[in-house]
Amino acid sequence: MSHHPKGKLRTDLNPSRLLTFKIDDRDVSAREDESILEVARQNGIAIPTLCHLDGLSERGACRLCIVEVRGVAKLLPSCVTFPRQDMEVITNSERVVNYRKKILELLFTERNHVCSVCVSNGHCELQNLSVELGVTHVRYNYLYPEHAVDASHSRFSVDHNRCVLCLRCVRVCDEIEGAHTWDIMGRGITSKVITDLNQPWGTAETCTGCGKCVQVCPTGALSEKGKSVAEMIKRRQFLPYLQMMRGRQEESWQK
Amino acid sequence: MTLNIEDLHQIAKIEQDTQQGFQHRINVCVAAGCLSCGSGVVKDALAREVGKRGLDNWCQVKGVGCLGLCTAGPLIALEVGGRFYQGVKVADVADIVEALGASPVDRLLYPDDSAFFQRQLRIVTENCGRIDPERIEEYIAESGYEGLYLALTQMTRQEVLGQVTESGLRGRGGAGFPTGLKWTTVAKTVDSTKFVICNADEGDPGAFMDRSVLESDPHRVIEGMAVAGYATGASQGFIYVRAEYPLAVKRVRMALSQAERMGILGNNIFNTNFSFNIKVRLGAGAFVCGEETALIASIEGRMGRPRPRPPFPAEYGLWEHPTLINNVETFANIPPIIRHGGKWFAGIGTEKSKGTKVFALAGKIVNTGLIEVPMGMPLREIVYEIGGGIPEGKRFKAVQTGGPSGGCIPQQFLDMPVDYDSLMQVGSIMGSGGMIVMDESSCMVDVAKFFMEFCMSESCGKCAPCRVGTRQIYDILCKITAGGATTEDLATLEDLCDLVKHTSLCGLGQSAPNPVLTTLNYFRDEYLAHIHDKKCLAGACKTAKEVS
Repeated sequence: MSHHPKGKLRTDLNPSRLLTFKIDDRDVSAREDESILEVARQNGIAIPTLCHLDGLSERGACRLCIVEVRGVAKLLPSCVTFPRQDMEVITNSERVVNYRKKILELLFTERNHVCSVCVSNGHCELQNLSVELGVTHVRYNYLYPEHAVDASHSRFSVDHNRCVLCLRCVRVCDEIEGAHTWDIMGRGITSKVITDLNQPWGTAETCTGCGKCVQVCPTGALSEKGKSVAEMIKRRQFLPYLQMMRGRQEESWQK
Repeated sequence: MTLNIEDLHQIAKIEQDTQQGFQHRINVCVAAGCLSCGSGVVKDALAREVGKRGLDNWCQVKGVGCLGLCTAGPLIALEVGGRFYQGVKVADVADIVEALGASPVDRLLYPDDSAFFQRQLRIVTENCGRIDPERIEEYIAESGYEGLYLALTQMTRQEVLGQVTESGLRGRGGAGFPTGLKWTTVAKTVDSTKFVICNADEGDPGAFMDRSVLESDPHRVIEGMAVAGYATGASQGFIYVRAEYPLAVKRVRMALSQAERMGILGNNIFNTNFSFNIKVRLGAGAFVCGEETALIASIEGRMGRPRPRPPFPAEYGLWEHPTLINNVETFANIPPIIRHGGKWFAGIGTEKSKGTKVFALAGKIVNTGLIEVPMGMPLREIVYEIGGGIPEGKRFKAVQTGGPSGGCIPQQFLDMPVDYDSLMQVGSIMGSGGMIVMDESSCMVDVAKFFMEFCMSESCGKCAPCRVGTRQIYDILCKITAGGATTEDLATLEDLCDLVKHTSLCGLGQSAPNPVLTTLNYFRDEYLAHIHDKKCLAGACKTAKEVS
């Protein structure tokens, strides 16, 4: 069941109702509360995502998972769109693929993503997506913003130059760890993830040092100290497990 | 205290008798525009002067809401004789009182045959400039709260929904969604807790319709919301108003406490089993909070960020309950619709756009101010007759409607009727009603840049295309106005506009490219002149060469 933590459960969807629809001309079946993205992945149909992570609430914000639905003028983010009976979804039209590439390029221009000196080089989701989608160059001007590195935490560091503002760190810290150390400040192009009230991570009193934020970060923005170029490999095995345990716990509370 | 219709009529009668008891009534505009150029002092001076001459029982001086012609402020209206005095100063006060009942003070007189006042049709603003917004009795004297009484005591919910649907009223916040349909949808939800929200987070540059209505006639909005609460089954309302409107906030709060004291809000209104309360919530200055899901997040105390829809607020809104969100002007249209019936309202306007629309005229136009005209009035009539044309004999260039989400309408569409669909056809939108007129001295690239800068700084930053895309577009526009752009930049600009329009999460991003797209469409030569000849056709931009 698509479980969105913190009351984000879609009460308008009925998990006991089943339906069939088409993704890229393939007939698929789904429960009403499964997103198009979930169903596509169950059927081996790849849709690129960046802000989505199994086990965290959905934001629908990176816009990489947009798909076309026949008869609907707007492009829909598949992570928060639920299928309807006989819906026809197209995940890989030239139009959406081009849009995805351009969005990735915009993300590259937003901060200073210099792969060759990045701890996550070779293990980076942004990098992998670009390779998959065939992004060979960036057609927009780089913005070259000035961003600092915060290495005040004893075990981890944050490099805002690599951040793509997916807010996985904010969500995992709030929804899974329950600490809510991370949040976001500013708006628009000046947005920035912060710890506590924008103080150095090392002085953030709410941080439990669990490191979940580091493991879910798609790029080299959050990393463990002591890792050199290309050495930071993220381990996310804990998420589905914790999510499952949380689910069980919640069920037992409801009884 | 429980009122019935006799009580209402009694209050109205006493108020009307008091009014009639005066030979002369001087209405001084005390809405934000006139107030800021000193109408408060003028009003006090008038009252003092009248008192000094012992004319207290003969002449009444009162503060009223917006008279509309903001450019001529401080503005006062003499209700007997229907004269307007413009640009009144404290020094003029003695002459004005002296001239009561005699020939008017010519130097202050605003021509009363002027199209500005003659050509308007006032429904939403019918009480603006006539009643004291700080006294509920004056609203009641103008048939106020009669619509709510009618709805509660003589109409079923279904009948109220029917009247609103029949009126053909469409949302005045911008998108023009049919109000009756929205109300019916919320009414159909089964949840026992529902909410009504009034969106008064007016943020478009150059737009001040909602502020003016709240400052001039706050009870009308409250009545509209209560009717909506009855029709949809909600018992709690919220007015989300931006904190930059302190006067509107003050008057709304005052109006709410007056209505509560009279029992028009609260439990068992008019002795029925309907209860309704309204609370005020202040916006902290984010444009994106005018977007309904961001607004809801803000009321809930979370960050004002939009979320993907569906589910729409009608089924999943404030604190996850079904929520009706309408704009100030939409609610202000409800009382007359209930009083006169949906059919009456549907008789005004065009086939698909019913009723009237309030516009805020601003920019290069003689009569800057607030107007209300029937839907379908040609743009030319609004600009040249009501608006008085372009000052200093300059040539008209374009009208920008719909704020940062709208577009620029060039001269060739001047005879177009102003309604939702016509505006949509030419690439703009009705929006909330801002109308910025531009003359030959305005550079359209610069105008597009201004609106893009606004969208860029107001983008919440949640979705990538809007967050980065608006910045990239803005950078290219800067490059063009500085004379440093190439033809490739123009192609990139169009490409980016397409991307941001089609992939952004909420309405802000999806409509942010509109000012650029319409100016590219109608004023491409200006873009090309900047690029090829490094020249600004309007002479407004300083290109790189000139700067150095």
